Order: sequence, then C-alpha cells, then structure tokens
Amino acid sequence: MDAILLQILNGLDKGSAYALIALGLTLIFGTLGVVNFAHGALFMIGAFCAVTLQKIFSLSYEVIDETQTDFLGNPLKVKTPYVESWFGPELGAVIIDWSVPLAILFAIPIMLGVGYAMERGLIKHFYKRPHADQILVTFGLAIVLQEIVKYFFGANPIQTPPPAALSGSVDLGVALGFDPNAIIYPIWRLVYFLFAVVIIGGVFSFLQFTTFGMVVRAGMADRETVGLLGINIDRRFTIMFGIAAAVAGLAGVMYGPLNPPNYHMGMDFLVLSFVVVVVGGMGSLPGAVLAGFLLGILESFASTTWATTTIPGINQIIIYLVAIIVLLTRPRGLMGRKGVMEE
Amino acid sequence: MGILEVKDVGKRFGGLQALSNVNLSVKENTVHAIIGPNGAGKSTLLNCLVGKLIPDTGSVMFDGQSVLGRAPYEINQMGISRVFQTPEIFGELTVMENMLIPIFAMRDGAFRMHAYETVENEREVIEQAEQMLEEMGMADKRHMHSASLSRGDKRRLEIAMCLSQKPRLLLLDEPTAGMARADTNNTIDLLKQISDERDITIAIIEHDMHVVFSLADRITVLAQGTPLVEDEPQNIRGNPKVREAYLGETA
Amino acid sequence: MLGLNKKDTSLLIIVALLTLLAPFILNPFPADSAMAQFNAGYPDLMQRFVIFGIFAIGFNILFGLTGYLSFGHAAFLGIGSYSAVWMFKLLSYNVIPAIALSIVIAGLFSLLIGYVSLRRSGIYFSILTLAFAQMSFALAYSVLSNPKFNLTNGETGLQVYADDPQIFHREGLPDLPHLFGLSMRSTYTLDVGAWSFDFNAGYYLCAVVMMIVFYLAIRIFRSPFGIMLRAVKSNQQRMNYTGLNSRPYTLAAFVISGMYAGLAGGLMAAMDPLAGAERMQWTASGEVVLMTILGGTGTLIGPVLGAGFIKYFENIFSKINDSVLHGWFAFLPDGMEDFVVAVLHPFVGKGWHLTLGILFMLVVIFLPGGLVEGGQRLINWIRGKRSGETDKPSGKTEPAE
Repeated sequence: MDAILLQILNGLDKGSAYALIALGLTLIFGTLGVVNFAHGALFMIGAFCAVTLQKIFSLSYEVIDETQTDFLGNPLKVKTPYVESWFGPELGAVIIDWSVPLAILFAIPIMLGVGYAMERGLIKHFYKRPHADQILVTFGLAIVLQEIVKYFFGANPIQTPPPAALSGSVDLGVALGFDPNAIIYPIWRLVYFLFAVVIIGGVFSFLQFTTFGMVVRAGMADRETVGLLGINIDRRFTIMFGIAAAVAGLAGVMYGPLNPPNYHMGMDFLVLSFVVVVVGGMGSLPGAVLAGFLLGILESFASTTWATTTIPGINQIIIYLVAIIVLLTRPRGLMGRKGVMEE
Repeated sequence: MGILEVKDVGKRFGGLQALSNVNLSVKENTVHAIIGPNGAGKSTLLNCLVGKLIPDTGSVMFDGQSVLGRAPYEINQMGISRVFQTPEIFGELTVMENMLIPIFAMRDGAFRMHAYETVENEREVIEQAEQMLEEMGMADKRHMHSASLSRGDKRRLEIAMCLSQKPRLLLLDEPTAGMARADTNNTIDLLKQISDERDITIAIIEHDMHVVFSLADRITVLAQGTPLVEDEPQNIRGNPKVREAYLGETA
Repeated sequence: MLGLNKKDTSLLIIVALLTLLAPFILNPFPADSAMAQFNAGYPDLMQRFVIFGIFAIGFNILFGLTGYLSFGHAAFLGIGSYSAVWMFKLLSYNVIPAIALSIVIAGLFSLLIGYVSLRRSGIYFSILTLAFAQMSFALAYSVLSNPKFNLTNGETGLQVYADDPQIFHREGLPDLPHLFGLSMRSTYTLDVGAWSFDFNAGYYLCAVVMMIVFYLAIRIFRSPFGIMLRAVKSNQQRMNYTGLNSRPYTLAAFVISGMYAGLAGGLMAAMDPLAGAERMQWTASGEVVLMTILGGTGTLIGPVLGAGFIKYFENIFSKINDSVLHGWFAFLPDGMEDFVVAVLHPFVGKGWHLTLGILFMLVVIFLPGGLVEGGQRLINWIRGKRSGETDKPSGKTEPAE
C-alpha cells in the first residue's frame, strides 16, 4: 500500500508538468485551432526565467575584506551580491535563496509578452493554413528559441536550487499513518504539485467564472457564432495565447529545482505533452489535466525496479504504448469531444 | 420494383428521431426528387444511402443488393455516384486529372498499385475523359487547376466526374444551393439533358421548388423524418398536407 | 527515354550528371587555398548528400503526394542501419545482402506502423508516428540491449566484432564493407594542378542507388498511382465517393517511403559499419521534414536539393568560426569589423541550427514551395514573365479553405 502510494506521489511532479503543458497546448488548440510545436520551448523559456533571475540576483561586486586573509596572506576579496548591499545581508541572502519562487513574478510578464508577440507576430498568420504548416512553422520557431537560449546559456544544465527551507525531504509516511521512512518525499515535489494544482484551478475558475472566460469557452465551442455576436473573439484569443504561454512558463520556472534546466528540455517535454493531449482528447481541458497526471503516475510505476526487471526499459516506452492503444481504441481520447480534428 | 428500394428506415441521434419509417422506391430511368423543409431528414436519408451513416432499422437495397454496412467507395463501385451540395473536386489537381481519377476507379477498382505505368500512356482513359469534357463543354479548361474554376464550372466538373463512371444511380444533394438564378437554370438544363440522353436514374434532394418541378418525374415529400406523400409533381402542388408542412415552416 | 517524357528525362540526366560529377563540382577551390574549407567534395560528406537525398525523396512520396506528415521516419532509417550491420555480423561485409535486408526489414516495419498509424489522419497521424518512432528509439536504446537479448547494443551502438560469425567472410576480402571485394573506403585522388578531387567507391555506389530510386520516384509521380496519392491529399471525401479506397493507397505510399528510409539507413551502415539508436530519435525525423520542406514539398528535385543544402551548410557553416569571420571582414575598420563579427557570430559555427531554424521558418512562411519555388520565381522574374502554371504539384501554396 505504501509502496503504491509512493509511486503515485513520485508520478505527481512529472504528471504536473505534463498536465500544465498539455493544458496550455489544449487552450491554444481549442481557442485558436493551432497545433503549437513551440509550446515546449515556452516551458523551457520559463525555466530559464528562473535561471536568469538567479543570475541577476547573484551579480556581485568585489570588496576587499581587510579582516580576513587568503592562504597567501593577502587581504581576502569577498564577492558581495548587489542585492545584499541594497537590502542588507540578511534580506539579500533570503532573496537569493528564494530566487526560484520569486521568478514566478518575473516570469509572468515575460511569458505574457512572449506569448503575445508569438501570436501577433507569427501564429495569427497561420490560422487559415493547414495544420501541417502550423506544425512546421512552430517546429521551426521551437528550434530558433532553443538555439537562442543555448547561445546565451550554453548547452549544459544549470543548477537552480530550491530555497533552503523547501529543499530536503519530509516523511509523509508518518503523517499518513504508515511506518516511518516508508514514504520519504522531497518537499519541492510537493510544492510543485500544489503549485500545479493552484495554476490549474486558477485557469479553470478563470474560464468558468469570468465573462472573459465564458466568451472564450463559447468561442472554443463555436468560433463563428461568437464572432457574429459582435464580440472581438480574436483579441480574447490572443490574450488566451498569452495565458497559455504563461502557464507553460510557470510550469518551467518551478521545474528547475526538480531537474536542472537545459536548452532542449522543452523538446523533451513537448513530445510527451502532445501524447498527453491526444490521450486526454484533443480540445478537452479536463482531459489534458487528467491524462497528464495519469501518464505521469503510470510512468512512475513503470520505473520501479520490479517493472524494469520484468520488462527492461518499460519506463521509457510505457507512455507511447498507452498513447497508441488509446488512440486506436478511443480515437477521441479519454475525454475528447466529437468533431474536434476529425477530417 | 425500383432500382433503389428503401424500406422502413429509421435513424436516431441521441434524443432526436431523425428518420422513421421511411419507405421509398426509385424507378429506373426516372428523376426522383426528395423534398422537405429544413430538418426534415433529407441529408440524413442521403447519408444512409451512400454509406456515411448506417440506419438503425430498415433496409436499403440497390439493384437487389443491400448497401447497408458498406463503405462509400464500395457503394460507388456498385453504381451509385454522388454529387455534393458544395462541389467536391480535387482542387489541387487539373481538370483533366480530376477526370482521370473516376475513370481509373471504374476500370481498376477501389485500389490498384499501378505505380510503374505512366498516365500519358493510358490512351483509352484519356480519350474517355476528353470525350466527357467535350460533352460538358469544358474541353478548353482541361489544363486549368480545378480550384480556379468558377463555382458553376466546379459543379459541372463534379457532375462530369460522376457521369464518367457511367453510374446507374446519380444522387444529387441540393445541386443548386447558393447559386444565382442563371446558374440554377443552367444546372437544370444540364440535368435535364443528362436524364434525357443517358440511361441513368437520378435521385435529387432539393429545397428549391422551381428546380424540383422542372426536373422530377416523381416527388417524395419528407417532413419530420418521415415521408408525407409520394406522387407525381402535378399532384404534389395542390396537396394540402404538403402546403401545411411548408407553411408550417414559414410561419 | 526509359518511359519518361522529355522534361523528366532531362531532369534525370541533370541529376545524373550532378551526382556523377559531384567530386569536381563540390571541389571548386584549390586544396591549399583559404577557400578550401568550403569544398564539400570529400567522400564522407558526399555520401551523406546522396544518402539523405534518398531519405528525403522517399519521405516526399508520402508527405509531398499524400500530405500525411510523418514525424517518425527516422525509425525506419535506424532499422535499416541495424539490419545492415546484422548482415555484416552474420554473413560478411558484402554490402548487397546488407542493403537488401535493410530495405525488406524497414518495409515490414513500415507496413506494421503504417497500418496502425494510418487509421488516423491529420495531427493524430503525426503524433502516432512520433510515438512509434520514440518508442522504437527507446526500444533500441535500452529495451533491446539487455544481456539476455542484445539486438542493438544500446548506447555503444551495434558494430562488427572480431568474434562475429561472418560466415561468408574469406581471406583477401577487405575488413570493411565492400562490394564484391571493392572496399567502400577505397578512394582515388586525382590531382590537377592545385586542385584535388576524390573519387570514392562508396560515394559512387550511393550515387548510382540514388539515381535508380530517383528514377523510380519519377515513375511513381507520373503514374496513375501518383495521381491517386495526390487525390488523397486534395480531397479524401471525393476520393471515397469516387469508388476509391484511400487506405491502401496511403499505406502503399507509407511503405514505399519507409523502404526508401531503410535503404538510406542500409547505405549509411554500408559506408560506416555502425548503427546507433540516436539515428532514430524524433529530431532525426524532424531533419528529413526540414529537408523536404526546404527543398520543395511535392516536387521531384526539391527533396534532393533540400538534403544537399542542409547537409552542406551543416558541415560548412558549422566550420566558420570567429577567426574565419575576422579574416573575411578584415577590410572593414576595426570597430566595424568586431561589430560585424559579433553580429554574425551567433549564426555560424555552433549556431548553425539557429540559422537553419530561421531559414526554415522563412521558407514555411514565405515560400511554401521551398527552394524549387524560389528558383522558379527567380527564373520567371528574370524572364520578366508572370508566373505561369507548371505541371508540378504546387505544394501547399494555397491556404486551405
């Protein structure tokens, strides 16, 4: 029982990332009808927002500390980050320590801006072109974005540690009534999962309870009719694209501490996220979230030693295998609507 | 016994009974029109005839064989060709290539791996296609991209493609929908000419009374998914039931 | 000639001349000159030109004609390579059985994968092929390389070891892939003055194979079958109501393109007897998509051009470093020179993929017909004519209605 629970928990962090990316993909697909192969790149840009902020915070100047000497006997040069000199050493250190969560604030305007620019600058010209063209141009954009990031940040993964208070693990087993040490769980994974739940909840309530969201949902169901009502649906869809970009970006910001960001992380996630979208059902937001978590958990189960010794490498193919089976038996995915992408 | 026999066909979509107890008999070498107000189930019925939908009950026999459960291409191979409401042609291909495809389909069946032959050497097929284009007055447009044809010409091409397969039954789905009066009259003339000159049965689904009364030998009026009357055109005009169905729609 | 019309015959002859004379054409600069780094006439690169050309020609039969965008064709390339290396291990280094097997096995796999994937169209098809390819990659990379059943040799890659059976290997035959004794590595170098030209056996084998499959591609394009495939792309609904079953047509196209990919993979192994899983990754599938689009989807020559273009610039562009740039712009004033070099720097050397990505986007946006369309426009512009219709399928120049 506790072993099963542990695997479910282990699947939550990846599942959260899948769900968040798939949610954005589905929003874009449902509203704009565009298949966005650059969505993984947005996730990656988000992660690099955290990297950038961390770098900005650690920008330092050198002071010569006469009280200390290095091993040669010269006065020691101490690097002092600017933030520490501005906010005082204590607050400054806290800011640096919390750079990843703080990057959320930093990333939101950036991601909205990137999303807006992408939609207005490129995607909008592709609404009327075939899906293959949309795939191709966003695929090209993904290459460009990841090469730009590679140019500035290099090819190696960059460590983005979580705040000290949130690093390390907790013994969830005790809290849930199991034996001690049965379920040791890294705190940041828990944070990531809760964060994802908040974002997903936010997006859903935004769509459910605001007029804006209602119009968007109506537009997803029937674009032309809503357009006929004199509502400027395009403008709202642009904003929706920005929101989808922000969701992917935030998923990336917080993902850094789980896995050091590198320039191709977006592509790695993209393929799986598409699989998630298709399994969930193209155009279904709840489907995307559900499938994201399901596949994340499934992957976690397939990664257990028991599974990998029975079928070596099963953890690497399980998602694809499931996707193929789902697509063939339930062509519309788990929760797909009728009439979406059925030509 | 008609060439097309529809018996007790019913079709349900969720809570909507789209068709119920539809009986229909289309005699050979006639023009049979199926009319009815919007939502009467005309398109559903048509889709049941060509294999796009499978009715829940009843049977559809063509020339003594059931069409139910067969794919559209199989039904076409049985001798039923369909003209769509908006012309469905191969837009990226030239007019000539559009014409070759149905003729190949008739000669070679649903699939043939003729990958090493050259189209240019298929003299017979090309001649047939040219002849048909000639008859339709489109010979001068043979090298045009079919997407660049006018709407009337697209319709003409689509009919030519269907006729080139020498079908025994030609199904037309509101062939004049959205056309200007002049185009509509041209289409009526064309269809008249076809039914006079060829050994062909035509079933036409139409909304426009003018078209129906100009063409049909026999009319079935469909209302709320079930046939109201089936009779000759002159008897349909004065039929109070029909008037009611149509007036009910306009009211 | 050969059952082709005049225009196609001359196209075939041009391609034949270009491939046969490639060692000259690609080495226009004297061997010791500063420009020698732009020479592409060395065997390894020339082999890649034609091998990827074959891969792209095959991909174009599927994507260019039927419009089905597969994101998983690299899987067949990889399968071809693995099959060929297994032939080397089991039989001998002779390339004929190796290449034959790689075509057959890739054909079988594409039959299986195509049969399943083609039940869906559009984006679903793309994702299914992507999933299959990624699965094949994972299978090759880890699943099928365990001690009990080692088919792919995992990360190291499959290669020939001294203790392999090689039952037909005889004394006197080269210890490398060969064609009845003629080693694929054997190269004759012709020196003419300052110039030097390499004639490599492996390259010529690939070139001949490419000419054959290019010829076959022309035949397919001009056949009734080819028209049917274009009909699939144009209007499947009309096709089905015209008595044609589109499924076997698309499957046939899929299998043919899979076999082309397998052939390319087999040739790759024949040039260098090694097969690795990275050849199957989806980025490799993306590469052939890039080649086909860049060159001109649905045109005969486009994919070959695209493959050559990408492979050339991948090799040459990536060699341009800052010192080369400084050499070029030395005539500028110092400040300007540094500025220009700094601006160009991100796009060359390791930044080559950035250039490729931008180029690819520009082509998709402005030139859906790729290099071929660009060339035609240029010719028409030079002739001062308005662009007339051509008998080539125009790719996707018109937006869908």
